Amino acid sequence: MNRTPTQATPTSALPTPMTSQPTWEDLVTTALLGTDRRPPAAGAPGRAAPVALLDAAAAETVRRRAGLRPARAAARPDPAPADPRPALPAAAARRLAMLLADRPGAGSGGRRGTAPDLMELLPQWLAAANARGFAAPAELLPALLDAARGRTDLRPAALAFAGPRALWLARLNPDWRFALRAAPGGDAALPRPEDGEGVRRLWQEGLFAERVALLAAIRAREPAAARELLATTWATERAEDRLMFLDSLRTGLGAADEPFLEQALSDRSRNVRATAAELLSALPGSALAARMAVRAAACVAVDRTREVPSIVVEAPHECDSSMERDGVVPKAPAGRGERSWWFGQLMEAAPLGTWSARLGGRTPEEIVALPVMDDWRSELHAAWCRAAVRQRDAGWARALLGAPAAPEAGGPGAVSLAERAKLLGTLPPGERADWVAGFIAAHGLSEAFQLLGGCAVPWSGPLGRAVVDALNIARDAGSYPWSFSGVMGLAERCLDPAEASRLDGLLAVPDETEDASPGAGGYWAEAFQRLGTTLRLRAAMLDELGTA
Amino acid sequence: MTQQGVRWTADQVLALAPDAASRKAGSKLGAAGPWSGTGSSDEGTVWGQCKGSGSKPYQTVVDIADVSGPAYKCSCPSRKFPCKHALGLLLLWAGEDGSVPSGQAPDWAEQWIEGRRQRAQEKKAGGASPSCSGDPEAARRRAERRAERVTAGATELEQRLADLLRGGLAGAEQAGYGLWEETAARMVDAQASGLAARVRELGAIPSSGPGWPVRLLEECALLHLLDQGWLRRDHLPNGLAATVRSRVGLPASADGPPVRDQWLVLAQYDTADARLTTRRIWLYGTGSGRSALLLSYGAAGRAPELALPVGLALEAELSSYPGTGQLRAALGEQFAPPAPSSVRPPGMTTSEAAAHYGEALRDDPWLDSVPVTLDQVVPTPDADGWQLADADGEAALPLTPTARTRPGLWRLVALSGGAPVKVFGECGHRGFTPLTAWPEGAGEPVRLC
Repeated sequence: MNRTPTQATPTSALPTPMTSQPTWEDLVTTALLGTDRRPPAAGAPGRAAPVALLDAAAAETVRRRAGLRPARAAARPDPAPADPRPALPAAAARRLAMLLADRPGAGSGGRRGTAPDLMELLPQWLAAANARGFAAPAELLPALLDAARGRTDLRPAALAFAGPRALWLARLNPDWRFALRAAPGGDAALPRPEDGEGVRRLWQEGLFAERVALLAAIRAREPAAARELLATTWATERAEDRLMFLDSLRTGLGAADEPFLEQALSDRSRNVRATAAELLSALPGSALAARMAVRAAACVAVDRTREVPSIVVEAPHECDSSMERDGVVPKAPAGRGERSWWFGQLMEAAPLGTWSARLGGRTPEEIVALPVMDDWRSELHAAWCRAAVRQRDAGWARALLGAPAAPEAGGPGAVSLAERAKLLGTLPPGERADWVAGFIAAHGLSEAFQLLGGCAVPWSGPLGRAVVDALNIARDAGSYPWSFSGVMGLAERCLDPAEASRLDGLLAVPDETEDASPGAGGYWAEAFQRLGTTLRLRAAMLDELGTA
Repeated sequence: MTQQGVRWTADQVLALAPDAASRKAGSKLGAAGPWSGTGSSDEGTVWGQCKGSGSKPYQTVVDIADVSGPAYKCSCPSRKFPCKHALGLLLLWAGEDGSVPSGQAPDWAEQWIEGRRQRAQEKKAGGASPSCSGDPEAARRRAERRAERVTAGATELEQRLADLLRGGLAGAEQAGYGLWEETAARMVDAQASGLAARVRELGAIPSSGPGWPVRLLEECALLHLLDQGWLRRDHLPNGLAATVRSRVGLPASADGPPVRDQWLVLAQYDTADARLTTRRIWLYGTGSGRSALLLSYGAAGRAPELALPVGLALEAELSSYPGTGQLRAALGEQFAPPAPSSVRPPGMTTSEAAAHYGEALRDDPWLDSVPVTLDQVVPTPDADGWQLADADGEAALPLTPTARTRPGLWRLVALSGGAPVKVFGECGHRGFTPLTAWPEGAGEPVRLC
């Protein structure tokens, strides 16, 4: 039998055609061995043994099938928790099904045509649906979980959207176990911060991962409570654990954390000391920051005796034990001078606010514009960049970034592209977009990818126009669109759908000029069509979801 | 009824796709971007021009009002049918976002539609006249010759089965596939395609896992029963003799009286082998309470022409094929284009479903399964698989091994969330194969196959 239902008892359910009916098991054994080796007990008269066996087996097979009964029901699963969120509008549900059907590797790879890359739109769709608080359609949960399984970056948004039923489902399918790990409160629910007893017990008895999650959850809501919880067991934690716990104080860091961090500066572990020092230096009012300010100020001065006032740098001659305690790493990496290494660390940790007073009441812009003697300029400015990022100082970031259209902004200036992207992160979104727009207008797209990645989505009007104009210029310059595939992909995802109409003029295949790359015009038209299609699709997508 | 009211859903459109790649390519074209000059008419025509890689856009027309399913025309060179452009156009139309306004068809579309309608008229007119050309006497002689061949084949097959059981099934494991392939080829020569298919399936059983001797004996015995049925068909009642003829593989025509009803499309799924794609469409007559099966075939790689997406209902006449217990029917006249319907078929308990299968075996002992709608069942994990358990009661139907590995299982489990659902599927001796499910509250049917 290949299934569980019990069969009807052969004695009473049906009339038996022959008096000495062999059982089904007898028939199977005889068939397996062959009638030559095991002649049937009672052969039917006038039939050869194998034929009689087949006759009996046929009757028995039909009878067994006709007598099948259902199996006993197993324990039914607990019902999935209710999802109180409103149902998705029908059009949006269809859209989601379509986005999820576009799995990578499911079709022909190779060159992208004019069709949009649906999978890339899924993160936006999920963000929009989550913002509006819709519940996921139950029948799409398996596809949603499969998508989140393949792409870790999708998981937080996908699981938030999938809701409680997806966790219920994940408990039934080992393929989706990641959902239980990823979701807070997935398998072992964290105690609520108000539940003092539960919190203390989990903190003292929980596994490391649970304790990290607990600390992070409490820190996000009540920073002081988390610090106090950590202090209760601080002395007995292992060094690696102390480092992880200390790192979680980065969230919601404030002046109240200073005493605790100051104490951690004398920790046994060097890594814990360094992290404590780094956190303290991000608090401009801390005692460590003040000590660093004194040390740094001793190294930098304005020389007024020159025709043009200039900055003179005198790097520290030694790294004493008090500097080391404040987190300065004494050993320089290979290829760097010790003194410039120490100097860079002092400048990075010193509060930026001290420089104006130290350097003759100048503004950050004026300080950055000052000439620097003896080739210290790049060292000094790079350290200030790191300080501006660490202390999230928009004023200094603005000064160090300079004007986006300035000629050195595009070239290999003092500030590298990666540092510039970080500096931009400290500016308010609108100002950031304007700066990048100005940069693209002046320097084109070849360096813009990293900067664009940091801008708020959808791109602001000026930024979007700058990107489209720059793409247009790149096309006219005769290059191929795949040289800009990164920016194109970003534009498809980030350009404001309202800008779609601006692309209309770019969709036609232009006449080929002599200096253009062969065929480039057609590929550009295709790329712009894809951009336009994707933008329209995004507009439709958001439209279907309704206003937030 | 106007076409405006019966736009399809995207699921229904995507069910038309011949394969997964087309489905994907079609979904990508279901956005306004590459399309221009789109429109639809009240008579059920959708048209549009799609910008492809070439300079000239492809012209795509779909006629969805056609009696035998949608008809497509596209100027692209794709050999897929329907092509991605037709699918994309229908998706755009199904999207209902105003990107396919209703209007007057342009000339290029109108010409094709006119041509089609005209041909359909001629066919209808021509079909009325007796088309059975040739001599009835000659036809009778052909049928006799064929019956003689089948008889020779069935006799030979009986001999082979007897030999097999004389030597024992244990030997069949060593004999392997070759033995059965050769026998199947002999049955094809004997023009008994039904016997050939059964013989070919026998060859796969010895490698199908634990319990194979039982399954092999069952199938051998049923094959023997079919042979015997054929050899003694003159002694059988007419209906059963017709069933034997159709099981053996003789052609028959749907000559049953046409039954007009509102037919609900419960499931549509394809099975494919190297040569042929077979599409099964299960229908349920809301007035008559009858189930019917429509079969449609396509050459390998092409979707069968008939497409009736789940969730639609059509007012039409069906004529059944001969034979007792045979649910197969042919689609006759259609009185209105298929339209979405919120009607659900009535259901039964798992015990009733098992009994229903048992009763159906009385008419056709070779039946593997019967179409059944289960009411109020909960998908429940069992030790090594899944079952559908009655919401109130202790009985449950296990899922078939194939159903356990399909992605549709998880859609069913997700839809249920531990609550009772209504499930349509095939119930047989291997278990239950779910094909379509409806949520407890309001909601569209969810395809599981």
